[in-house]
Amino acid sequence: MRQAVFEERYGVDWNRFEQWLDRDERRRKRTADAAVEPANALPDVDVPQAYRHICQHLALARDRQYSPELVDRLNRLALRGHHLLYGARARRGAARSLEFLVGGFPRLVRAERGFVIAAVCLFFGPLAALIAVLQAYPDFIYYLVDPAQLAQYQEMYDPANKRLGMREADDNVKMFGFYIFNNVKIGFQTFATGLAFGLGTLFYLIVNGVVIGAIAGYLTGIGYGTPFWSFVSGHSAFELVAIAISGAAGLRLGAALVAPGGRSRKAALVAAAQPAVRLMYGAAVMFLIAAFVEAFWSPLTAFPPATKYAVGAIAWAVVLGWLALGGRARGA
Amino acid sequence: MLDTARRIATPEGIELELRLAGPVPRAGAWALDFALRLGILLLASMILGALGGFGAGVFFLLWFFLEWLFPAWCEVNWGGATPGKKALKLVVLHDDGTPVRWPAALARNLLRAIDFLPLFYGIGLIAMLMNRDFKRLGDLAAGTIVAYQEAKPRGFQVPAGAPLAPAVPLTLPEQRAILDFAERAQGLTAERAEELAAIPRELVGAASGPAATERLLRIANYLVGRK
Repeated sequence: MRQAVFEERYGVDWNRFEQWLDRDERRRKRTADAAVEPANALPDVDVPQAYRHICQHLALARDRQYSPELVDRLNRLALRGHHLLYGARARRGAARSLEFLVGGFPRLVRAERGFVIAAVCLFFGPLAALIAVLQAYPDFIYYLVDPAQLAQYQEMYDPANKRLGMREADDNVKMFGFYIFNNVKIGFQTFATGLAFGLGTLFYLIVNGVVIGAIAGYLTGIGYGTPFWSFVSGHSAFELVAIAISGAAGLRLGAALVAPGGRSRKAALVAAAQPAVRLMYGAAVMFLIAAFVEAFWSPLTAFPPATKYAVGAIAWAVVLGWLALGGRARGA
Repeated sequence: MLDTARRIATPEGIELELRLAGPVPRAGAWALDFALRLGILLLASMILGALGGFGAGVFFLLWFFLEWLFPAWCEVNWGGATPGKKALKLVVLHDDGTPVRWPAALARNLLRAIDFLPLFYGIGLIAMLMNRDFKRLGDLAAGTIVAYQEAKPRGFQVPAGAPLAPAVPLTLPEQRAILDFAERAQGLTAERAEELAAIPRELVGAASGPAATERLLRIANYLVGRK
């Protein structure tokens, strides 16, 4: 078939499809004239079929070496149709997100337990070790933390303070914003640097464990233990576990590169990215909760330390119970 | 043919063609986004600065949002492009050419945290130069590509002449080559154009010099469908 005949025969269909695409674009943008429907407009139900015809015409036009202009036009139409048909997936509603948080995320954490346990050891190991070491050798802190920074921490957790964990001039909302900005960024860094064959994640997990452990150990050693522990107890469960889970997500990426198994490294990475990012969804929510608690509950001194320890214990029980039991089938 | 063109197979058994964006346009888009972010944050700091500690908290939240979530939100809900990408007519797509959705958009944006190390997206740039799809690490992991938006039909700008049917049938790449030649002929020196026009012997026959150029231009006129 000659090109002219081909164009004459099917041009009408192409025009109708193109008009439908244009109209759909206006509908999405909610332009005023979107409702105007020309007489011979393509009904929505016929769009997939029209798209398949155009795909077929594109293949024919290429094969028959029709003019580049025509091939480009059909390619453009097919591409727009492709975007529309395969881009539209059911939207995840709020209910789905909630289901993920309640059940899906704990299931995922358990499914990835190898990486989670590794990250927990890498992070909580140095943390606990440093607390213990600094009780016996308090001066060891000067190898790890700058004295000026140490003075800042001392000021923040001075037992004479009216509020804990912040300097006198700081405001709750400011600290909330800062915690979000800073802590979530640490989580993202811990995760993303896993792409360096897991080394970045390893580094951030250990360094954060060491620094947090050092500060905790030091403040306990100099007798600031009560204000420090009553400050951190409330949010520690969410924040520390979120760091460990970010680390697990990073290790997941790193492991895909180090030991891709039967796939190419690239394919293994793409496959690992999906669960890793889903771990990060949950970690981000935990960081958010931690920041909220840290800014608005943890600094309060109106409650005795015993109350705050109790709240902290409950928070740990909730987090661990959620991750261990959430999303298990009833009666199983 | 252009080496930035990438063909993606569709379930209909055909191949669609996309043109991928290289480091330069992407850096340009990033610079625009960065300037926009800086502008918004400066403006916000002026307004929120008056609100003391509360303002500072909101400022940090805004900064966090603009840095991490806003680009992903744009890529999912705003035609696959951040404002900078939109300005440079770029669009983020899945590897299979479909519009990007939340999981992939978040993955590629969170993983920027490694791409921008050590300085000015150094790792990202090295990664982009090392694979043929110009993917930074975030794109590799998320399974996304950055392509040019399908250009509106621009048509071939062929100088007018009496159309002439080619003596032999031409394949699509050959037709494209002749049309490209016709578009650029005016920008070339006459000597260079004649030199090039003499190459397809089957088309220009015995003609040489200006006559060969003219003949090719006439064939180009035929190819764009002028009667």
